[in-house]
Amino acid sequence: MSRPAYRTPVIGDDGPELRARLQAIWETKPGLLGFLGTVDHKEIGIRYIVTAFLLLAAGGVEALVMRLQLAGPDRRLLTPEQYNQLFSTHGMTMIFLYASPVLSGFSNYLWPLLLGARDMAFPRLNALSYWVYLAAAIFLYTGFLVGAGPNDGWFNYVPYALAEYNPGLNQDYYALGMILLGISTSVGAANFIVTAFKMRAPGMSINRIPIMVWGTLTASVANLAVVPAVSLAFFMLWLDRRFGTHFFDSAGGGQPLLWQHLFWLFGHPWVYAIVLPAMGMVSDGLPVFCRRPLVGYSLVALGTVATMILGFGVWVHHMFATGLPALSLSFFSAASFAITFPSLIALASWLATIWLGRPVVTTAFLFFASTILLFVIGGVSGLMTASVPIDLQLTDTYFIVAHLHYTIVGINLFPVVGAVYFWFPKMTGRLLNERLGRWNFWTMFVGFNLAFLPMHITGLLGMPRRVYTYPAHMGWDGLNLLISIGSYIFAAGVLLFLINVARSRRGGAVAGPDPWGGPTLEWATTSPPPPYNFAVIPTIASRHPLWEAALDEEEARSSIHRGMLLDHGKEALATSPMDAEPERIVEMPEDSVGPFALAVGLLVLLFGLLHFQPWLSAAGGLIVAAALLAWLWPRRKLLERAEPAHG
Amino acid sequence: MSGAPLSYLGSAGSKAHQVVPLTWFALIVSTATCLIFAALIVAAVRRGRAEGDVVAAQAVIRGGNGLRWIFVSLILAAVPIAVMLVWTMIAIARTGVPPAHPALVLDVTPQQFWWRIRYRGALPSDTFTTANEIHIPVGAKVLVRLNSPDVIHSFWVPSLSGKTDAIPGQNNVTWLEASRPGRFRGQCAEFCGAEHARMGFEVVAQSPADFEAWRRGQLRSAPRPVTTEQVRGLAIVEYRCSLCHSVRGTIAGAGSAPDLTHLMSRATIAAAQLPNNPGSLRGWIEDPQARKPGTQMPNQHLDAAQLNDLTAYLGTLK
Repeated sequence: MSRPAYRTPVIGDDGPELRARLQAIWETKPGLLGFLGTVDHKEIGIRYIVTAFLLLAAGGVEALVMRLQLAGPDRRLLTPEQYNQLFSTHGMTMIFLYASPVLSGFSNYLWPLLLGARDMAFPRLNALSYWVYLAAAIFLYTGFLVGAGPNDGWFNYVPYALAEYNPGLNQDYYALGMILLGISTSVGAANFIVTAFKMRAPGMSINRIPIMVWGTLTASVANLAVVPAVSLAFFMLWLDRRFGTHFFDSAGGGQPLLWQHLFWLFGHPWVYAIVLPAMGMVSDGLPVFCRRPLVGYSLVALGTVATMILGFGVWVHHMFATGLPALSLSFFSAASFAITFPSLIALASWLATIWLGRPVVTTAFLFFASTILLFVIGGVSGLMTASVPIDLQLTDTYFIVAHLHYTIVGINLFPVVGAVYFWFPKMTGRLLNERLGRWNFWTMFVGFNLAFLPMHITGLLGMPRRVYTYPAHMGWDGLNLLISIGSYIFAAGVLLFLINVARSRRGGAVAGPDPWGGPTLEWATTSPPPPYNFAVIPTIASRHPLWEAALDEEEARSSIHRGMLLDHGKEALATSPMDAEPERIVEMPEDSVGPFALAVGLLVLLFGLLHFQPWLSAAGGLIVAAALLAWLWPRRKLLERAEPAHG
Repeated sequence: MSGAPLSYLGSAGSKAHQVVPLTWFALIVSTATCLIFAALIVAAVRRGRAEGDVVAAQAVIRGGNGLRWIFVSLILAAVPIAVMLVWTMIAIARTGVPPAHPALVLDVTPQQFWWRIRYRGALPSDTFTTANEIHIPVGAKVLVRLNSPDVIHSFWVPSLSGKTDAIPGQNNVTWLEASRPGRFRGQCAEFCGAEHARMGFEVVAQSPADFEAWRRGQLRSAPRPVTTEQVRGLAIVEYRCSLCHSVRGTIAGAGSAPDLTHLMSRATIAAAQLPNNPGSLRGWIEDPQARKPGTQMPNQHLDAAQLNDLTAYLGTLK
């Protein structure tokens, strides 16, 4: 009746009978409960990506409306308040609700496939991370749709965000919504970290993991460290606004600069957190189309980690004008210069990979390769902001708007769209249309540069950021018209992408398991992969398990179709953190609506707090408590009560 | 640059002189870097481009000393970055420290959405307040002390000086020194609310003699009204405008809006948004919210006759 806590897994071969058995164990049940309760990382990953792209579209439309207003001087399409809510919501959407979640989506989908695992380490936490993200997005957009969107920029400086100057619900929506989103980011980050260290296939030592895993792992460690800073800041802001505390109010002894420190202590590492995983996508995707391994794997991995470490020490370069002493400015200036070097490693590595490889120009390749150029443009403009005296002129002008869009669009959106072209066949079994893909790429590339390159010049000509209009005769009129035209061309390019996805989902060419001849494990399973990912747990002997025959460099060969069976139940393998030695069989949790119910409870609780409705808050709290109880109730099946004998 | 009053690629003062060459150096190095990378990407793709387009049909290879690329690029980048770093530190040392013995001290207090400027004299009788237009003598080091009574603003005159924030509860300082006479545009550079976009000001650099003449003029009180129109206009100022504005020499002495004592000496109104002429002044008073939605100045619902009287009186405030 009680199963032994330890057993030695049977080694066996892949086969139809085994697959049928695993399918029955791992399959998500059909129907609404299955939909709400699934913990399949692939389903969650795709939901993340789809939700993030919907929000990208919303943020894009907001930008297009703003570009109508700014197409000429003194236009009156929008009132100042409307414009201020639009630019704030645009920033919030793109930075918090698109850029980071879309990468979480890819990592959720890909990690277990890249690592040769059956699922993430904590599947239910994974589901919770998505549902809470969705709840936060709904909450934040409810504010925007009822006319109470954030109106103080995504950076939300106090005292303008305090109740005295901003009496509406705008900032309460933003503050509470951001605290909720912080929960999603934090649990997701914890899940990634444990998965990276414990769920890799045997033999996949830490120096064999794909760079994208390095990227997301590094970003996750950073998120765990810095998200508390911003969650705390937003909580303190809410207390200042609704309970009359004085954290930020100078009249009560508070300190407005405290907000800026807490925000950028989070904000700058976050900037790297939303590009490092995308840089990982380029590092993993580009070599496939260059038909050679990435140049300088170890340096690129180290560069990823080094970028993040330095990234913790540069936040003050957002605050050069706040009157801090010259000595501390010098320190942060030097640190900001230094961060160029680890970034440069990745750039040089990508360029060398193309140079020394035999590139096949596909749409995915074009997106990955163009990332190099956009990164360089965003990088050198970033380098200029590192110099304090230059930055005191550049900061808060359109030069910075250009810079940040070259980094976020250039090193997040372009790699992400490339990644969709690259991994869409894996997710759906169908290839995206290449001809439409070319149109898609060139429209986006030309439109983007037409929209954002001239912003450097309007910036140098002194156009301030965050202005709802500008006077004529400042030298900005023609350039702004050009920028607006470019932004619509760019949007048309994104639209072509969405059309390609919609059409190819059913009508695209059938991909097969490995359309690109890729090196890593995700290409060893079917497209789309079965719910259990791999019928047997693969054993890994190199960094490129599927290229071993072609490269023929080492004696050992990875074993893909023969390995541990793990078919006694919903089982996965836990391995050691560095060398990925098999350690134990892990019983994975079944589907559960607990995470969904918990997210619903949190959403209700938040609306209760927002409107100061004690009964609504109590109802939300009760749902949260019930969901947690149901979720965390100890289960014998998961061996949560039996202390296993150590041996 | 004449066509772009807020451009910071040109300079008109000793502080900006330090920064403009550094900015150009960084811009040229940056542009060159982008062009080099663009050329290398195109060359790399053309060089090895495989025949046929089915990716999976292409053989996988390894080879070439790729690490050399990384090391060489790191070394090449280190040179301009080292130059920029040292130049930056020198520029910080030369521009970051305010003068110990300034020729003139100004208290500049930005607020939603205009600039109060207080000239401190040795005696109270030498002290006066004005708005949105800063006069300085050419060649003098001027210390600017910044504070804010409401939210964060940022003081910025591109052709003279980079930005310094004005933060409630904190006394920040910056300094100006103009090397030639002229009008230089300034702008609030930290988002501060609805009319952040239209929170401009002007710095007027004058010869020391012209500056002294201007300063003495500003110390005078407002003249007494002469015509009946002007008298009625003063009454409107005293009954309505005085809740926020002040006109020295009358009972209007409030401080939450620009001092109007020498309104007509200023070239612009509404924080450098409108030219100061009778038409725009009348239009502004008639409906401030239509011209600047979000400004703190309310519509007084004055009729045409009252507007005539008021502008007639304001016209005497030279």
